[in-house]
Amino acid sequence: MAMEAAEIERLIKEGLPGADVTINDLRGDGDHYAAQVVSAAFAGKSRVQQHQLVYQALQGRMGNELHALQLQTSAPDNT
Amino acid sequence: MSDNPVFDRIQSEIDGNAVVLFMKGNPMFPQCGFSAAITQALTMMEVKFKGIDVLADDEIRNGIKEFSSWPTIPQLYVKGEFVGGCDIVREMHESGELKKLLDDKGVEYAS
Repeated sequence: MAMEAAEIERLIKEGLPGADVTINDLRGDGDHYAAQVVSAAFAGKSRVQQHQLVYQALQGRMGNELHALQLQTSAPDNT
Repeated sequence: MSDNPVFDRIQSEIDGNAVVLFMKGNPMFPQCGFSAAITQALTMMEVKFKGIDVLADDEIRNGIKEFSSWPTIPQLYVKGEFVGGCDIVREMHESGELKKLLDDKGVEYAS
């Protein structure tokens, strides 16, 4: 049931080209991850919309193969 | 009314209750750490909310994910608006945004 961190990163980057993705395996069990995603696509969007974009990129895996993914999303700083 | 009876049930819950948490388990006995975390935040803030146990109702459990285009539970609704899941609610709680949202929406607190 578990997913590889590299696979999560690949899917997010595929769905959000140019995104900066950092994945942490929180418990080392391949089942509880945290992802930090920085993408220009998030600019001007609410947090709910930003997370929905990441979930879309994961193509239905979230809540299925991927049990727990703690998400932190933001748009890149303009500075 | 939509043409989906489950969506209608969900809609009537979020229309009829100012703060609704779709969760695993109930507020007294959350069955999942993420549901427990939001319950704890709301309880700490003394917010009156209705917890809906999706484990007791498969239709709602599946329907709520489609309803909000959100794949996971818990899901928090305030005055009919989807606020977010565990990560967003935690971030908003820590930053004080959640309190502000509840105040702005005129949500009742337990007295």
